[in-house]
Formats: sequence, C-alpha cells, structure tokens
Amino acid sequence: MKVLVPLKRVSDPDNANKIKIAGGKIDTTGLEWKPNPFDEYAVETALRLTENGASPKVRQGEVVVVTFGPKETEMTLRAALATGADKAIRIDAKDEDLDGDLIARALKALVEKEKPDLVLAGKQAVDGDSNQVGQLLAEYLGWPQATFAGTIKSEGDKSLLVGREVDGGTLNLRVTLPAVVTVDLRIVAPKSVTSVHTPPTHNYADGVRFAALMAIMAAKKKPLIEVKLADLTTDAALKIKYSAFEPPAARKAGVKVKTVAELVQKLKTEAKVL
Amino acid sequence: MNILVIAELHEDSLRKSTHSAITFAKNVGAPFSVLVIGSGADKAVQEAATFGAQKVLVADDASLKDPLAERYAPVVAQVAKGGNFDVVVVTASSYGKDIAPRVAAKLGAGYATDISGVKNDGGKLTFKRPVYAGNAFGYCEIQTPVKVVSVRQSEFAAAESSGGASPVEKVAVPAADPAAARVEFVSLEAAKSERPDLGEAKVIVSGGRALKERFAEVLDPLANLLGAAVGASRAACDAGYAPPELQVGQTGRVVAPQLYFAIGISGAIQHLAGMKGSKNIVAVNKDPEAPIFQVADYGLVQDLFTAVPELITELKK
Repeated sequence: MKVLVPLKRVSDPDNANKIKIAGGKIDTTGLEWKPNPFDEYAVETALRLTENGASPKVRQGEVVVVTFGPKETEMTLRAALATGADKAIRIDAKDEDLDGDLIARALKALVEKEKPDLVLAGKQAVDGDSNQVGQLLAEYLGWPQATFAGTIKSEGDKSLLVGREVDGGTLNLRVTLPAVVTVDLRIVAPKSVTSVHTPPTHNYADGVRFAALMAIMAAKKKPLIEVKLADLTTDAALKIKYSAFEPPAARKAGVKVKTVAELVQKLKTEAKVL
Repeated sequence: MNILVIAELHEDSLRKSTHSAITFAKNVGAPFSVLVIGSGADKAVQEAATFGAQKVLVADDASLKDPLAERYAPVVAQVAKGGNFDVVVVTASSYGKDIAPRVAAKLGAGYATDISGVKNDGGKLTFKRPVYAGNAFGYCEIQTPVKVVSVRQSEFAAAESSGGASPVEKVAVPAADPAAARVEFVSLEAAKSERPDLGEAKVIVSGGRALKERFAEVLDPLANLLGAAVGASRAACDAGYAPPELQVGQTGRVVAPQLYFAIGISGAIQHLAGMKGSKNIVAVNKDPEAPIFQVADYGLVQDLFTAVPELITELKK
C-alpha cells in the first residue's frame, strides 16, 4: 500500500497560551515549531499500515509525506523521514498565501501524480483548528472519506474498516481504497491499527515512535523533492480571508474556598446555580 | 440573503444541535429554510416546522438512512443550488464537521469551521472563530458568493420553537456520487446513557486522570444527584479511565454549561479550550498550582477522593 500523509508544522501547541496578539495580528515569536500532533499520528498510522510491526525494518509499502511551506519546513519532513517515511515532498509556499481549500486543491493534483492508495491526514491542525482539508480533498478526488478515525483495520489492503469517533460513540465504516482517512487521538494506542503485515498479537508502544540516531543520519539520504505550488494549481485565490485577530475575553478572577460546605453555600447564594 | 440550515437527526428526531444552527440564521436576520435528510424522518420534519422557517425541505429516502457524507453532501448541494441559497449552515458536531467541507467543495464555496459569532453589516457577513485552541479569535470573511459555515453549539443558544407550521416540501434525491458506492455504514456503537448529552447539559461533572480506575465510581453519584452529564479530560480518556466520547477539549466536545465541575483535572491548554466558556467553573484539585485554578470561579484545594463524597453529602442536606 502507498500512503500519502500531509504534514503541517504549528507553533508549539503546549504553549499556545503564550501567543501574542498585537495590532490585530498573531505573533508566535518565541514559540518553537512542532509537527501538528494529529499529523504525527497520521504518519505513525501510515507506518503501521506499511510494515510488519514485529520486524519493521523491511518496508511493506510506501509512505510519502508532504508539506506546504518555505525551505525551513523541510526540517519537519526530515523528522518524518527519520521515523520511517520513505519520501518527502515540499510544496513551496508562504503560510499567508494558503487556506484549507487551496491546500486541498493542490493536494488533489499531487495525489493524481503520486497515485497513493490512501491519504491519511490529521483531523485538524491545532493552529487554525479548521478541520476541513481531508474532507475537501476527498470530495475533489471523488473518493470516500472516514473522518476522526480512532481505529483502522486494513482488509487485505483493499478496504479499511474504520472506527470513527463521533459525538455519541463510535461509528464503524468500511471504505474501499483509494480513500481519505483523517485520524483522531486514539489512533496511536497499542492496538488501534491492524495491518495485514503485522501479527495480530503484536502490541505497539503507545503513541508515536521516535527516530533513532542512525535513522536520523539515514534520513538525509532519502528523497526530498520540491514542487512549486503553481505546478499543482493555477488558481491561487483564497476563499477565506482574516481581517483581524483578538485575544479571548479574560475571565474574572475566581476565589478559593476552604471547605466543601463553603463551596456549596457560594454555589447556592452567590452563583445561584444550585 | 437566503439561509439553508442543515438539520441533524438522532434516530427519527431532530438533534438539539440543529437549534443552534437555526439561532445562527436568526442572528443573521435573514429568511431561512431547514433541510431534513433521512429515512422515515416525519417526526423531525414536524419539529423543524415550528421555528419560523420559510420552508422545511425534506429528502427522505431509504438510501439516506445512515449519515454518510458521500450521500448527504450531494443532497445539500443540489438543494442549495436549486433554492438559490447564499449561506449553508450546520452545527459543528462530528456530523456537521464531516459533511460541511464536502458540501463546500461541491458548491465551490469557502467554508468557515466552528464559528462562535456572526455580524451582518448590510449583507456583508463577518465570522468570528476560535483558533489556537481558543487562545485567539479571528474575524474572517468568506470570499465566494455562496458561503458554508459550521457553528459552535455552545456559542449559539438553542432556538426556541415559535409554534406555527412552516410549509413542508419534498425534494428529489439526486443520483449518488460514485464515492458513495465505496463506503459502507457498518454500525454505530452508541454509548447508552440516561444522562443529558454533553452539548446540551446545564451541569457537567468532568474528571481527570487522578480518578484512575475509580472514575465512574466517584463521579457517577455526583452526576446522578445533579442530573449532570459526565465529561473527562483527554488524559483520563487516553488512559482508558473514561470512554473517548466523554472527552471535553479542543479536539473533543466543546461545552459551555451553567456549571462545570473539573475534578482532578490539571487544566491543560487543550482541555481549557473545550470548557472555558462555561458560566461557572468549579475546580477541585489537591495541587494548588494546577492551571485549572486560573479559570475557575471557585477553587477547592483538596483531595478529590474526600471532597466528592463530602460534596454529595452537603448537596443532599
């Protein structure tokens, strides 16, 4: 199976409360770039689908990672190559010249060239929180989709049984490849991904894998290709434009109560919610 | 301007999330119609007709029994085009977020996700939406003639039924997309619960990893007493102490009840993003430095295993 994984770098989500907003603009100076967590989960999922987990060094498929951004975003791609991805593509673009729809249209053209069996994406990037590229891409390609996947079982690499995490529980879908799947948090649990190559008894470590030093060195020799955005789409118009940003309204300072009795009394007489 | 509200169904009834999408239409102040998609959806249709919509449009067909984006999006797109709708709105539930982008792509429309506000300035719509886990809000405009938006349920109070009966009109079901032949609904494992849905509850009792295996044992009696929904932090869900559908946060459910109890929750950024909008927040944590206290209206520094039983006793007095 060949899997294509779109990958975005975001400013450190664990410190998102430190972003500054001045003059209606967001300033992330001082925050480290990190891979979008959901995209890292998608890379991990792609690797699990294209290997025998019990002897992962021999590849049983191909994983292509792709990002949109300036030259320095190649660091994000190299990190994915070091964990096991086979090939990387950087589509040269500036963040401010992109929106979800343009990315989906460019990815469509890339998918038509690369011909993957599966596009695995994070369900959302945790900077824009837009949650749309996977679904848009599926529609532009005319492919089926399974969003918010918590589990994936590959059925002979012809179809996938996907457990989608929905508001009321789990919705199980079967998609025939090629398809687009977007992944949720629990896809990286030890038993969440079942591939045809891995013995069913195999337990993965919880979370995403780390790159060994040797693999980091070896990743420098893996192919990393640059593609111009204009070679994928001639229509670079944005469908969404932001005019300004503002910080969230501050909550009024709360109080500490000393006892449960005081808490209940305040909830009754002050907040009047009991 | 003409707005199309996509209803969300649960079994044969209207899900309450739909009421928030109707509120969006009322806030914009333009005429709206409601589109009900399903199979045997008479009950939902009758309910949808009581909100003052111009029309309730119904696509009722056996092929639409299960909510598959590949089957629903062509219906929405055809209705939006045929009725000359300018804005298509759905609530940003897992259902809405699944189908709305496919609708936008079919209509060549821009799509703004999970909006928390809208301003109508003489027909020019500006949308407000949270970014960076709610650590900033952006004001955006959709550049295309047709606009698709999903609305955050906790920010658009549920519309009240105004009585009356909007005219009901059946719409033709378009031919299925080729993609529909390659997706099969297998099953829905719905969590059985007598408690209110997280998105609709007035009181939520949420727990963190500190509860360990005693998550349900400790929190259920409190939730039952208050008629509350139960929520959980990501850490508690990841550790398997609570099922994933209880997760409150940036990437789980976003809630804004009258009263939110954070029990043994430290207050990670991604959790705060899902509950900061609550009207009253109570935090119980034995760590006085826990970040949750920065957003709590009432903080109690105490071990939750003694505090929760005391709380139950005190509430019963």
